[in-house]
Amino acid sequence: MLNRQGRPTAPGETTTTAPDTFSGNRALAIEEGLIFEIGRAETTGVDLEDAPAFAPRLGALARRAPLGLPGLSEPETMRHYVRLSQKNYGIDTGLFPLGSCTMKHNPRLNERMARLPGFADIHPLQPLSTVPGAIALIAELARWLRELTGMSAVAMTPKAGAHGELCGMMAIKAALEARGEKRSVVLVPESAHGTNPATAALLGYRVVAVPARSDGTVDPEQVKQRLSSEVAAIMLTNPNTCGLFERDVIAIAEAVHAAGAYFYADGANFNAIVGKVRPGDIGVDAMHINLHKTFSTPHGGGGPGAGPVVLSQALAAFVPLPYTVVDARGLGYVEHAGAPVFLSARVPGAAAAPASRADAARGSPVQPAAAGGVAQAQPLGRLSAFHGQMGMYVRALAYMLSHGADGMRQASEDAVLNANYVRSSLADLMSTPFGALCMHEALFDDAWLDGTGITTLDFAKAMIDEGYHPMTVYFPLVVHGAMLIEPTESESKESLDRFIASLRMLAEAARGGEVARFHDAPRFAPRRRLDETKAAREPRLRWSPAITRQQAAE
Amino acid sequence: MRYLPLTDADRKAMLGKIGVTNIDALFAAVPKDKLLAGFIDLPKGKSELEVERVMGRLAAQNTAAGSVPFFVGAGAYKHHVPASVDHLIQRSEFLTSYTPYQPEVAQGTLQYLFEFQTQVGLLTHMEVANASMYDGSTAAAEAVLMAHRLSKRRRAVLAGNLHPHYRETIRTVSRMAGDEVIVAPPAPSGSEDLARLIDPGVSCVVVQTPDFYGHLHDLKGLAERAHAAGALLIAVFTEVVSLGAIEPPGAMGADIVVGEGQSIGNALSYGGPYVGLFATRQKYVRQMPGRLCGETVDKEGRRGFVLTLSTREQHIRREKATSNICTNSGLCVLAFTIHMSLLGEAGLRQLARVNHANAVALAELLAKVPGVEVLNDTFFNEFTIRVSRAAAAVVESLAEKGVLGGVPVSRLEPDRPELADLIIVAATEVNTDEDRAAFAKALQEVLAC
Repeated sequence: MLNRQGRPTAPGETTTTAPDTFSGNRALAIEEGLIFEIGRAETTGVDLEDAPAFAPRLGALARRAPLGLPGLSEPETMRHYVRLSQKNYGIDTGLFPLGSCTMKHNPRLNERMARLPGFADIHPLQPLSTVPGAIALIAELARWLRELTGMSAVAMTPKAGAHGELCGMMAIKAALEARGEKRSVVLVPESAHGTNPATAALLGYRVVAVPARSDGTVDPEQVKQRLSSEVAAIMLTNPNTCGLFERDVIAIAEAVHAAGAYFYADGANFNAIVGKVRPGDIGVDAMHINLHKTFSTPHGGGGPGAGPVVLSQALAAFVPLPYTVVDARGLGYVEHAGAPVFLSARVPGAAAAPASRADAARGSPVQPAAAGGVAQAQPLGRLSAFHGQMGMYVRALAYMLSHGADGMRQASEDAVLNANYVRSSLADLMSTPFGALCMHEALFDDAWLDGTGITTLDFAKAMIDEGYHPMTVYFPLVVHGAMLIEPTESESKESLDRFIASLRMLAEAARGGEVARFHDAPRFAPRRRLDETKAAREPRLRWSPAITRQQAAE
Repeated sequence: MRYLPLTDADRKAMLGKIGVTNIDALFAAVPKDKLLAGFIDLPKGKSELEVERVMGRLAAQNTAAGSVPFFVGAGAYKHHVPASVDHLIQRSEFLTSYTPYQPEVAQGTLQYLFEFQTQVGLLTHMEVANASMYDGSTAAAEAVLMAHRLSKRRRAVLAGNLHPHYRETIRTVSRMAGDEVIVAPPAPSGSEDLARLIDPGVSCVVVQTPDFYGHLHDLKGLAERAHAAGALLIAVFTEVVSLGAIEPPGAMGADIVVGEGQSIGNALSYGGPYVGLFATRQKYVRQMPGRLCGETVDKEGRRGFVLTLSTREQHIRREKATSNICTNSGLCVLAFTIHMSLLGEAGLRQLARVNHANAVALAELLAKVPGVEVLNDTFFNEFTIRVSRAAAAVVESLAEKGVLGGVPVSRLEPDRPELADLIIVAATEVNTDEDRAAFAKALQEVLAC
């Protein structure tokens, strides 16, 4: 049961009657200035040996004016950033049910592996002969991704999910051009992530929305009505952002293909189905995979991510440069359109997982014409410098090796089980717009708050006071006041029971008219509610001494 | 499985609460014939120890930069990163948090983003910087798209001495978006006349300094020519440490400044993850891509920080957004900011001075090797040499002798035989006198063969 010890019986009383401290600190919650307020231009926390006298070669371009950068000694640096860290909520702090973001545990083994000098301290342009293990790792991760998705090829280099979307949609555009076609429309369901329409628009496509039907899924008839020879692709998330598996996905894929269009899948929600359903089996032509969601690379306060894109046979020829090739000749690497460079890599132990003959054939992103595909690679070109997010590849492969085929299937089952457990434990108090079951995330709307004077945002902020990071709010847009809860497989039953108990008590308080608890929230976070309107109307996007003086005057 | 807390008894009890008898009942919406009955044909899970063995064997096949005399640059640089940086970025509250959608419990992330934006503004001498892009090359491609929006034109001019991977990244995005790109030919000797390519249809000129071959450029004249034609000047750098020694692009008339921030705080990591820096003028901020952190106050009037001006962004504007970017380079930003805070003005200037000194010492040493010509008059910490044999084979032979001695230009420009005898060589604070001597000796031997 919930531990009620230490909770104020009269909410708000403690904060209003307790005297303020002189420092503004509250015990372990310590106020911390900006480096520009605590640092000094002459201080440095890095000792460097001086260079002997030399004749500079900067021409007339030596920097003249001071930069104005403050410096901190090492102890000051440690204290500054440790204090900042204490104002953050992370997965290691507590349950982080941010729907659509898959905030699962980040294994520290993966951090250790990424820091091995053979991965962290290699340069992207040192001779390929000195990095066969790096290329082998990329190829091995690509193999796991292909097997898990049942797809023909992988574009490894995209740097995040949205970058992967761009890559996948470029492959589709290139495939159409190779067919001599120029299509102008991309279909995007209303429930889609904002990155989907933004990506389509970036490539010059007109976005046509597909409405959701009353059960939260896409109606194949609605898709068919919008299909024509002008439609290049549909961008569909499955499971979708309502936390539902698109039950008519096969019919949708068939209709899209019949119209000569392609099926782009947003893989943000892949964590629900790893080892359970392969996207390649349900008609997907391209899907990005967020390694920072499904495969546990740290979210890091907003990145870095990694967004490899798996491609069907129809799109396999249109991978971006560079890419790996595994065939009878061994492990090869293609940096420029043309023949691969082959490497003598020892692919050890199980990572070697000596590719079966069939797998070796699948290893090539470019299938022979006999396999029903494209005879020649027609790579897109580069999407970024170098080879993609190696540091993320190492972590993702360590995750996959740790879990194995069995552990990943179990993880997806547990993620779905946890979400349904939360859903069924709250459904009597909080309204659920769709159906009785969900996949890995549970969606609620705000109908149950009608007449309380409390909004979804108020409810989310009250969760902060209870020690939880809020769920995703107001997304997907198809549901009013949406609350999207994704507990992930990382939570124990005990943790979920405490979370459910907290939410039930909050829900009862909301229904019971305890408005202040919600409108005043958060009361115990490092900051009370922040004025976002002021931030947008009077943008202050960097520190300047003038601002501080003005504030001091106020 | 060590990462999964549920027990079989838990699972059974939870299924009971949900009201189903088995797990596959929760997957009922999946077409029956598409639900996999067994495991995918991949290995079973492994212990930490086993995973360490597998990964250790892969890593051991690679030659780490720190294990040999190392002079490879051309867009990524080996620098010393203080121990405290890596310790701090592994704080759980930083490592396992996400984009600060709930600012009251993300002030740590937001405050360092605000510090980062200010640092980038000071380094580049620009008014406003965003909270990062994926890397320098994607930042450059986004800068071109931004210039198209601002100028309402769709033709970009790229300098010949722009990093070839940046050029190709811009080309790919432009081709797929239906925009035009004019590329000047490479000029390894350093002198380019880009002004002749500017006409009233051009949206922007993209120029790098220090450029791909290491030359430094005064951008003032080019900026004036671009502005006179109604075009923007986009300045690119791949070595951010150079800004501790040379005139910043913002002081030379640049409208958008983009670059790679890897050198500060971030490992080489075979090319990623890195951190793209993106700065511009205040008047252009609403066409800027990416996240922006801004200062505000909370309900009690205390200073705090939030993500702001999000009406530019995809999650609000969808198909009308300035970019599709969502996740950026948060933790790499943190590493950059911590390292830059440790350096400060004094440390950065000293770091830049040592880099330049080491490069000058190396250039003087290599110039004495028979069959080597240094092409640069000016440079910061890398320069180009012409060698008397095919550069790729020379670099390969150097590697066999245990020296990673630069990047053959042909690695990035395979279709230009006239560049096949050029090597780009970088020197940083990590190089010692012994490293330089070993490089010169090995190069002499290789060229004498």
